[in-house]
Order: sequence, then C-alpha cells, then structure tokens
Amino acid sequence: MTELNYLNAKKGLMSWLFTLDHKRIGVMYLIFICIAFSLGGLFAVLLRLELIAPGQTFFTAKQYNQLFTLHGAVMTFLFIIPSIPASLGNFFLPVMLGAKDVAFPKLNLASLYIYVLGACFCLYSMIAGAADTGWTFYTPYSSTTDTSVISMTMGAFILGFSSILTGVNFIATVHMMRAKGMGWFRMPLFIWSLYATAIIQVLATPVLGITLLLLFLEKVIKIGIFDPVLGGDPVLFQHFFWFYSHPAVYIMILPAMGIMSELVTTFCKKNIFGYKPIAFSSIAIAIISFLVWGHHMFVSGQSDYAASIFSFLTFLVAIPSGVKVFNWLSTMYKGSIDLKSPFLYFLSFMFLFCIGGFTGIYLATLSVDVHLHDTYFVVAHFHYVMMGGTVMAFFGGLHYWWPKMFGRMYNEAAARIACLLVFVGFNMVFFTQFILGAKGMPRRYYDYLDQFQPLHAFSTVGTWVLGAGFMVMGVYLIKSLINGEKASANPWGGITLEWQTSSPPITENFAHHVEVTHDPYDYEAVQRKGV
Amino acid sequence: MKDVNESLIEHGTLWLPRSASTFSNSIDSTFNIITWSSIFMFVCIVAVGIYFIIKYRRTPSNQQAASQVIHNSKLELVWTVIPLVLLIALFFWGYKDYLNMAVPPANAMEIRVIGKKWLWQFEYPKQGVKTLNEIVVPVNQPVKLIMSSDDVIHSFYIPNFRVKKDVLPNRYSRLWFEATSTGNYQIFCTEYCGDGHSGMLANLKVLSQEEYDDWLKNGSSGDDLPLDKLGEKLYTANACATCHSLDGSSKTGPTWKGLYGKKREFQDGSSAIADDDYIRNSINKPNLKVVKGYAPVMPSYEGLLNERQINGIIEYIKTLK
Repeated sequence: MTELNYLNAKKGLMSWLFTLDHKRIGVMYLIFICIAFSLGGLFAVLLRLELIAPGQTFFTAKQYNQLFTLHGAVMTFLFIIPSIPASLGNFFLPVMLGAKDVAFPKLNLASLYIYVLGACFCLYSMIAGAADTGWTFYTPYSSTTDTSVISMTMGAFILGFSSILTGVNFIATVHMMRAKGMGWFRMPLFIWSLYATAIIQVLATPVLGITLLLLFLEKVIKIGIFDPVLGGDPVLFQHFFWFYSHPAVYIMILPAMGIMSELVTTFCKKNIFGYKPIAFSSIAIAIISFLVWGHHMFVSGQSDYAASIFSFLTFLVAIPSGVKVFNWLSTMYKGSIDLKSPFLYFLSFMFLFCIGGFTGIYLATLSVDVHLHDTYFVVAHFHYVMMGGTVMAFFGGLHYWWPKMFGRMYNEAAARIACLLVFVGFNMVFFTQFILGAKGMPRRYYDYLDQFQPLHAFSTVGTWVLGAGFMVMGVYLIKSLINGEKASANPWGGITLEWQTSSPPITENFAHHVEVTHDPYDYEAVQRKGV
Repeated sequence: MKDVNESLIEHGTLWLPRSASTFSNSIDSTFNIITWSSIFMFVCIVAVGIYFIIKYRRTPSNQQAASQVIHNSKLELVWTVIPLVLLIALFFWGYKDYLNMAVPPANAMEIRVIGKKWLWQFEYPKQGVKTLNEIVVPVNQPVKLIMSSDDVIHSFYIPNFRVKKDVLPNRYSRLWFEATSTGNYQIFCTEYCGDGHSGMLANLKVLSQEEYDDWLKNGSSGDDLPLDKLGEKLYTANACATCHSLDGSSKTGPTWKGLYGKKREFQDGSSAIADDDYIRNSINKPNLKVVKGYAPVMPSYEGLLNERQINGIIEYIKTLK
C-alpha cells in the first residue's frame, strides 16, 4: 500500500486546481516552466536553422525577427524569471524552513493563476501577428510597428504580478515561519538567495509594469512619452526598461547560486566554506543590481558622466559573484566528493558561469564595450550566465530534488549522457558566438556577410546537440515517474531539513515537530548526534 | 550577402578585425589583457577544481569529509580585495579611452549622417558632396560624424575602427575617428530596426590625401561604367537588394526579375506599365503608387541619385528577364 503523501492525499483535477499546498503549486509551475523552456528552445532551434546559411534559408526577414523576439520573450518572461523561485522555491522554501506552507497560501495559488493568464496573452500574441521588436521593445520601433506588441507587453505586465506576489510571499515566510531554533544564520543558503531575489522581485518588477503600461498608452492613445514624433524621448524608454531588466537578471541568477550551495555541501559531505560571505554577497548583489542599468546603454547617447558611474558600479557587482565561486571551490577542499548527476550540473555551472562572468568584464569596460555592444559577443555573454549559469543550476536542483518531489529515482547513466550532451552542445553554440561578435558580427541579423558562415553553421549544429541533450533528459525524467525506482527519504545523504521527511513529503511536510539545533550544513554535529 | 569590403574574419587576430584607427591600439591592448588575465584565472580555477575532484573523490576510505574547514577570513579578504583593485584599474583604463573617443579634435572634418530604414545618407557640408551608403575619407585625418535618424533608432558601427554610436530620431549623436590605413572597411547598422536591419550596410573607403582630393573633385566613381553595369553596382551599393530580389521571389518589395514592361496593379485599383518613367517615379516618389500586396515603406531616393545613376538602374532592370 502506498503511503499518504502530498501527491496522492487528495485526488482529482479540482484538488489540484484549487490546492493551497505549496508543493502542488510548485509542481504545476514546474510543468508550465518546462513547457515554456521547450517552446523558447524550439524558437531558438528554428532561428539558428535560418542562420545556417546567409540569405533566405527557410524564413522571411520578418518571420526571423518574430522568431528571435519570441525566443527572448518566452525565455525571459515565461521561463527563466519564474523558473527556480516558482517551482523549486515554492516547493522547498517552506520545507527547508521547517514550515508547513508559505505565509499566504491563497496568494500563492493566485500568483499561479496570474502566470497562466499572462501566458495566455503571450500565446495569443504569438498567433495574432507576433511581435518583431526584440524582447527589449525599444521605441520608437515598438511604438510604431504593426505587429502584436500590445498583447505581448500586456502579457508581460500580467506576469509581473505573479513574480511580485511570489516575492512578497517568500519575504513574509522567511521572516515569520522559520522553525524553532532556526535563526537567520541557520537558514540554508538557498533560502538566503530566494530572499534576496524576492527583494528584487518586489522592488523592480513594478517599474517594468509601469514602463509597459506607458508603451501601451503610447501606442493606443499616443501620449507622446517615447516617440519623438509625438514629443517623446526614445532613450527614456531604455532607462525605464533597463531599470527593471538589469535587476531582473539577478532575479535569474541568485536562486541558481543558492542551489549551488546546496549541491556542493551535499555532494562533498561538507559544511559550506564562508557561510556569511555567501549569504551577504546575495544581499550585496541585490542592492548593487539596481545601480548598474546604464551599462546596457553605453552607446545610446546617455551622458559620459552617467556612463562612467555605471561602468564603475558594474565592476563592483562582479566582486560578490567572484566571492561565491571561490567559496564553493573551497568547500570542495577535503570533502568527500560524489560525482552524481546533480553535482555534474554544479561543475557545469562553475565552468560556464566563470566564462560568462569573465566576459562580462569586457562589457563593463567602457572602451571595449563600444566595440562589442550589440554584437554576438553580448549574446554569448548572457547565454553563458543565464543558460550556463541559471539553467544548469535549475537542472542540477531539479535532479537533486527530483527523488524528494516525486519519490522516484531517474536513470543515472542517462542523466550523465544528457549532461554531457548539454555541456558540449552549449559550448558549440555559444563559444563560437564570442568570436563572431568580437569580429564585428552584429546581433539580430537575419542575413549576414558570407565570411561569417562557417562560424554560424557550427553554432547552428551545436543547437542540435544541445537539443538532443534536453530531449534525452525529458525522456528519462518522465520515464522515472512511470516506473522509476522508488526513492528513499535521503538518497544523497543531505542534512538540510527536506531530507528529514519522506520522499515525497506528506502534505503537512513533517510528521514530527521540527526544531533546529545546529547550522544547516554542520556534518560534524550530525555525525556526533548519530542522526 | 557578398563580402564587399576587407574581410573582418580573414584579417586581424583570432578575436578582432584588423585595427585601422588611432583607437584600436589601446582598445585592443585592453581587450588582450582582459583575455589573458581571464584565461589565467579560469585555468587556475579549473585546475584547482579538477585537483580537488580527483584528490577528494568519494572512495570507500573517504566516505566522510576529512576536515570541515569552513572559513578563513584572510582568504576572503584576499579574493575580495585583489580582484577589486584589478577591476578598478581596468575601469580607469576603459574610461580614459572612452573619453578620448567622446571628444573629437578641433581639426576634425565634419560629415553629416542620416540613417533611415534601411540606408545611410552622407553629406559633406563644407565640400557640398552627397553620397549614399558609401563614405570616403582621407587617411590620417580626424573625421567627425554628426548623426541623426529619420525614423527609429539605428546604430553606426565600424568594427575595424572600434567605434559605434546609436543614431537617434530626436537629437544628434556624434562619433569621431582617424583612419590609420587606407582600405575598404565595413559599416553595419547595429540597432535592430525592422525587416531590413541586416541589409542596412555601408562602405567606408579610406584613401590617401591625394586620391581623396581627386575623388572630391571628380565625384563618385562609376561614371566610367556602362549604364547597365552602373545599375548593377548601385543595386547592392544603394541597398535596393535589401528589399528587391533578382530571382523572382517576393521580399519587402516586388522582384526586379521580368519587371520591365510588365503591367503593375496598384493598391488604389489603378494600373500602369512598368516603363522608364514608372521606374524613375518609383525611385523618387515611391509611395505615391504602391503595388498591390506591398506596404508603403520604400524610402525616397530623390536627390540622392543623379540622372545618370537612375538611367543605369533602368538599363540594369531591362537586363533582368
């Protein structure tokens, strides 16, 4: 007889659609996020297919422009911003705090519904004359084009509320619902990262909302704020847009860094090196992230004075990220390192995120950025940090917590193959693009000079390897749900609270009263207790 | 698209195109120092990681961590302060060169640039010369571009010179450079501006002072080409190719294949035969009569092409059966 857990406690579609259980909400988010990732990935494969040769290959110029716009918009708004917080965060924040649920369960369900509503607007815009502005919607192109900018931006506007509500919920939960004995410095670092992320979600997202609303008003009633023909300033849009969208990229990376701390401690059976530096670096990143938006605008016509301040602060924001990388590396020292698939994703992140981080330095440097801005170098940089960083950590966390969430183990050999395919494919696609960009190849180009073809073709082939890796992953993960080996409560030997309950957990998370008596990764204390 | 100018890929280093302006040396040195420092630090990190993975891997004799080393304030200080110092130094270097790029010398020669979907117009105010998609300058002479857009935001980028600046519709933006070697260099539009964005290219010709003075006196080259060959050259040089195909396929604009003598149906229901006058009017006042099934987006070339050039285009189209 199967034990009662959150998956089988209540049955039927209604019990899911009206659930208040953060774990069920997290699983539903996970499904949508994976669908969004697949859709965004499909757009990427298609647009790179067009670029395998110069000139028209399969699509017209307009269709290509719509493809790269949709790829960016779907990946940014529907996939990566919600990804870790809404799925793994929702599932594990309460459990890792020893709590029964988040502070506001109904608000949590509301934020899921708002996500779905926003997604519907985006889907509608895809089929009704998809936007061709790029995911950044720069004016006056976006305020004057006849493609469906309004429905896409309104979709993003609605999705913003989903993000804000998740942030509000997490902040309240961390403050009010920690288990007895869990002071702030006994919280797992994943929680610190979600907390820092939540601060950004709550403070920055409203700015995007207002910006998109203003764009809507510009298009519909011609208020004259961005379009110079109507008396507006197009660069103002860029300031407003990037004031959110830069902190947004830290919404994307901070939770991923939190997962990294979880993976390295469990798979090295070691306490984290530098708990406080890592915790505080998340907060530092969150704060400084609000002060660097102008580094997207060094050649936009903003003043040289502003450009210099943004460049300086951008260099500063790199430091806390470096601190984390060094601390994770140090955690491996004298550990007992187990190279299981979640840890392979940890290692992929270390490799790829470092490349992403170092290439950010070129872009922070004013003189060098003039040459590299709006070229493929930038495209490569942000894919290294967002995909080589966040996506690797997301899949690392997904594999790590998969047995806990679903009570099943997946096929480890298949997981290693998928990780290898993804790692190799990723580098094929994007390392090539550093060279393309530094050599002068502009981004968002449908057609290109013949001399760039060999590099473009190689990059395109890489997308097939990358795609194959994700398809293998999809197959073995789904197969594990059907007939995977049943998972124990603690298959990896972790010591944070989620491993002290069943796999999958019961609806109330813990059968016993939770009281914390040691630091989250204190293996020595656990050994002494014989737990 | 055909490579028309000096290849960015074939010349220069693994990463960068050949340097051809006074800016390139310092910027390229900055780029290279960042590259080597990053490679060095990256290799160190990866090497340490691999060493740890091998030395501390989980074996039957290493089931628990050997020792729970969890903090070292000195180390934290070292890897916070040293990168900070290096990055601040880098900031100043980048800032210095950036300011140099922002302030043109007093003796810079001025050229006005207008970007619009999807071509570049250049005008030399002092010399009274106008060109389309091609800019000619003397070597070793500072040149200042005063740029504006007729519609959306574009961006003017010369990879060989390491310069770039957005071109805005509501105010002027400026960019200056001094070429250090003669040659033909590629100019790209690098701010996404719609369907023809990747076709919005231009050519930068750097001539010796003598050749440049010659060019100023005698006007743009091509006067010695036969008309249909002149038309063929203008087809790519003036960005007609961005919207009009030669093979029958429909792009932003109708194909030129078999155009001459064909009956054209317009949006307003009227029609006409595509003869010499029709082609001339389409070039100068393109949106008066728009062919059915196409949008009125063609920019006017009125004043940008002389009579001989228009004749050349007509003769070229006649050859496209």
